[in-house]
Formats: sequence, C-alpha cells, structure tokens
Amino acid sequence: MTTATSAPVDAARERPTRVVAKAARPRRVGRVLLYTFLTVMALIWLFPVVFAVISSFRSYAYTAQNGYISFGGFTFSNYVNAWQQANFGHTLINSLIITVPAVVLTLFLSSCIAFVVARFTFKFNLALLGLFTAANLLPPQALLIPVFRMFKAITVPLWFSDSGTLLNSYWGLIAVNVAFQTGFCAFVLSNYMKALPRELYESAVIDGAGVLRQFFQLTLPLCRPPLAALATLEVTWIYNEFFWATVLLSQGDKYPITSSLNNLRGQFFTDNNLVAAGSVVVALPTLIVFFVLQKQFVSGLTLGATKG
Amino acid sequence: MATVTADTAHQTPKTPRKRSRYKGLNHLSGVDRIVVSLMVGVPTFLVVALVWFPAVGSVLLSFTNWNGIGSPSRAKWLGLTNYQNVVTNYPPFWPALQHNLIWLVVMFVIATPLGMLLAVLLDQELKGGRIYQTAFYLPVVLSLALIGFIWQLMYSKDQGLINAVTGSTIDWYGDQSYNLGAALVATSWRQVGYVMLLYLAGLKGVDPTLREAAKVDGASETTTFFRVIFPVMRPINVIVLVVTVIESLRAFDLVWVINKGRNGLELISTLVTQNIVGEASRIGFGSALATFMLLISSAFIVVYLRIIMREER
Repeated sequence: MTTATSAPVDAARERPTRVVAKAARPRRVGRVLLYTFLTVMALIWLFPVVFAVISSFRSYAYTAQNGYISFGGFTFSNYVNAWQQANFGHTLINSLIITVPAVVLTLFLSSCIAFVVARFTFKFNLALLGLFTAANLLPPQALLIPVFRMFKAITVPLWFSDSGTLLNSYWGLIAVNVAFQTGFCAFVLSNYMKALPRELYESAVIDGAGVLRQFFQLTLPLCRPPLAALATLEVTWIYNEFFWATVLLSQGDKYPITSSLNNLRGQFFTDNNLVAAGSVVVALPTLIVFFVLQKQFVSGLTLGATKG
Repeated sequence: MATVTADTAHQTPKTPRKRSRYKGLNHLSGVDRIVVSLMVGVPTFLVVALVWFPAVGSVLLSFTNWNGIGSPSRAKWLGLTNYQNVVTNYPPFWPALQHNLIWLVVMFVIATPLGMLLAVLLDQELKGGRIYQTAFYLPVVLSLALIGFIWQLMYSKDQGLINAVTGSTIDWYGDQSYNLGAALVATSWRQVGYVMLLYLAGLKGVDPTLREAAKVDGASETTTFFRVIFPVMRPINVIVLVVTVIESLRAFDLVWVINKGRNGLELISTLVTQNIVGEASRIGFGSALATFMLLISSAFIVVYLRIIMREER
C-alpha cells in the first residue's frame, strides 16, 4: 500500500520472495513453538478427564495407603459400588424418560414455528421469532418463583402425574425444558428454511399440496442436516440440565442422573474414587453422543452463533 | 418490511418476482389456516406460559409481600420495600453481586482471550488440528454440575491431587477465601472451549480474499489479525460478549453442587433459589432478586437480538 513508486509491478513481484526468504527460519521455529504450545495446552485440558478415568479404576484402600500419586490398586469395584449406591440404573431411565420426549417435542414445535416464520410473511414475523429467541436467554432462576407456584397449583389426574400436580412430575420438567429450548432451535431452523428455494413451494402449491404436506413432505426432509445437529446438541443440553430438575422434582426417585449426583455427594464424599466412577458413568452418554456425532455437535453449536 | 418494490426485487436475486402471490396468509384455505394457527399457537402458548408469564410474574410479585400461602391476590402491595430490603437489609446480597462481577471479569479477561487465541492458532493449516480441537471442546459436552464433581478430584482436601502434589492442606471447595477461585478455574476450563468454538466458526466465515489482500500488502500475521480479521468479526465479538455476560449471570450449577451457594460462593442465582426452595419462602423478597437478574439480562438480550436479527430485515 505504501509503495507508490514508478515501478509498482516490480515491487509487487519482488516483495513476496524476499519476505519468504527472510521469514523461512523464524517460521520453522514458530511452527515448533506453535505445536509445543498447543500440545501442552491440550494435555492440560485433557488432564482432568483422564485423571477422573484413572481414579475411577483405583481402589480407595490402595490410594489411602500409597497416596494419590502412586501406581497400582486397579479395580473395577468402584463402578459396581457407584452403580448400586447411586441407583444409576434407575436415574438413567429417568433421564431417558425426560430427555427423549423433550428433545422430540422441542424439535417438532420449533420446526412448526420456524416453518411459519420462514414460509409466510406477516406483520409480527420478526417479533414472534424474537419472542422465542429471547426466551432462550432469560435466566431460569429469575422465573423460578412463578413457575414453581404455577406447577404446584395446577392439578392433573393421577395417571398423568403421581403427585397430582405438575410439580414433581416428569411432564412438568419436560414442558419447561421444551419452552426454554424451542427458541434456539426455532432461530436456527428458520434461518435454514429461509434459504430453501421458493420455487419448491410454488410448485407444491400448484400441485395442490396444503400446508401440512408442505411441512411434512417437503420442509422436514430438507431440514435433515440442521435437525440432526440440533438433536445432538439438545440431547446433551437437556440430559445435562440441572437447575429445573433440582428445584421442580422434590422426590429423589424422579431425579435424572445429573441432579441425582448431587444427592449422592454425602454418600460419596469419603471416597473420591467413587466420585470419579460416578462422574464417568454420568458423563458417558454425552461423551458417546459427542464422539459418534462430533460433526453434528460442532455444527450445531456454531449454527446459531455464526449468523452475525 | 413486506414491501417488495421493483428495485429490491432485482437487488436480491434469491427472491422470485412472483413472490407477492404467496406472501400473505389471506390466500390460505380454511383448513390451512387452522393448521398454521396451531403451528404458531401451541409453541407460542408454551413459551408465553412458561417463560414470559413467569418473567412478568416475578416483576409483579417483587412489589408485594406474598409469603406463598393462599392465593397471590391476598398479597399486599409494598412498592419498593423489597428492593430496599435487598440492598440494605440482606447481608449476602452485596457479596453475591461482587461474586457475579468477579465471575464475569474472569470469564472476560481470561477465558475469552484464551479461547480466541486457541481459535486463531487452530484456524491455520495444522497437522492433527482436529485432535487439538477435540481436546479443547471436550469439556463443553459436560454439564457444569458434573464439572464440579470432576474438579473435586483436584480440590478435595484429603484426597485431592493439588494437595497431594503440593503438600498443602487447603480445603479448596470449603475455604471461603479459595472456593470462588477454584470454581472459576473449573468454569473457565469449560468456557475456553466454548469461546474457541464460536471464534473458529467466525474465522471460517471471514472472506479469504481479505487475508490475501493483507498478505500482498506485506502485513504480518499479527497485524492482519488485529487490523483486518478482528474488526470483520465484530458480530461474533459482540455475541461472545453477550453470551459471556448472560452465562455469568446464570452461573448456578457448579456452585450449587459445591455448597449450595453459601460460605463464599453466594451468587444472585443461588440467593433466589434459597429464598424459594429453602425453609423460609420469602416470595416477594426473592422476586426482587429475580427481577434484578431479569433487568440485567434483558439489556444484553436486546443487544443480542439486534445483532442476530439484523440480516433478516
């Protein structure tokens, strides 16, 4: 930019080669430094997880005797004990009962909203999307009091919830999770749906397809990529959800696995190897989802945010 | 918004000229109208009933003395008394506010730049780049509650790694002069990966010709980043900022599993929860705290919405 000489062509031709020749050495040193830095950082980042896994396989008696920086005492019994004491079989099923319907409902309802917002132009289009997206960002603790009171006041048949109210029921928790997560999914999906070619809908309309058919047979199949990404993300988020499960479920027998860990703290605190085994069991489902669907996970996390 | 003039029609080639024929809802048949209303109505009802109505409810309750017994109509209107009590008469409030602020500053000054640095480094052509990325965003998959447990293995007084290595006897989670720092290290561990992911996505979206142009002009990589790439990523920067503020305000899980937000780990979110779930259900008072959270977050939500919705106009 600064070279306003009479021979700009020569300058442009010369400059790159000179720069490369000068920079070749520092560049290689730079590369080595870069890899060293990244490797050290990556090892630091992986360390807590690796340490938890190793601890989970060591016996309490051995580590108590030889200290935590020692080698040996490997056993599988922490897992057996943790599984039995923490009732993981039961809480894992609770997590499943909550997570699966919540994710399916979230994706379905957000597809509905996104479809209408993307397909039709009406007065409150943007306001509607804003209403959903903003809801996703409000602090849940700030809504706790009215939600808690409402759920306590709403009576439902006993076949629906054995507590007789929405408080302490799976469905109450599912509803809250869905209400919170719909905003994010609706936003991502509507962006995707807006990019679908309009001609498709025009020809569908000419063929006499109603809104329902346009939604189920045209839009949803085309939205498979964002739906897969969002499904992955929502499974981990709702599975990991801690706050609502802790405050809306007062009976321990309904706790999903993430919040059940908290109840076990008292039982576990004498034996960190048991804590480690418990943590690994709780983390395992999300880790499996993450490694199997890594591509979807990453694209899901970045889908909403890159829209800038 | 919906006016498609002849000018805008050929400015945006994606929009076909015949668009006006299908734009309105007035052209729908009776059945389709019912379908569309249901598609909008059901999710909207859910979000209004479970998010927006409670939000307004919290604000209204904050002006009353409702104790949670009987119907809210029996509550007496108190005006700003609850707010006055929060500020002057509630010892944990100011520490909680301070902790929330420290939380925000640490996320902003340590986790965000580190995440950005990692993203910039990983954005280059690297051997095994995927493996590094995976290592950094692995903690993002874990819940904050779980992170509290995993880090207990480092922090525990008798069985923790830190004390075993250094020979100290500090109770990292229990001692109130250390536990906030300990919690922040654990949170940052996760936040760095999240920020890195957002910036990696942002960097992929930067027009490559900008870099080439900068290279031809002889700018160094550092200069290119600060003078060219960073300004272009402005929307991502703002989104990361907003997400950081909101997440710092919502911070709860990690602190709750450590000690339910007591003894040095008070946060606004835990105070609200304690006032409701605990023995004393001081609804009006707790709502004043909740409204406080709502006010701060809504300011940032507006900023966020303006950015992400900009291109829809």
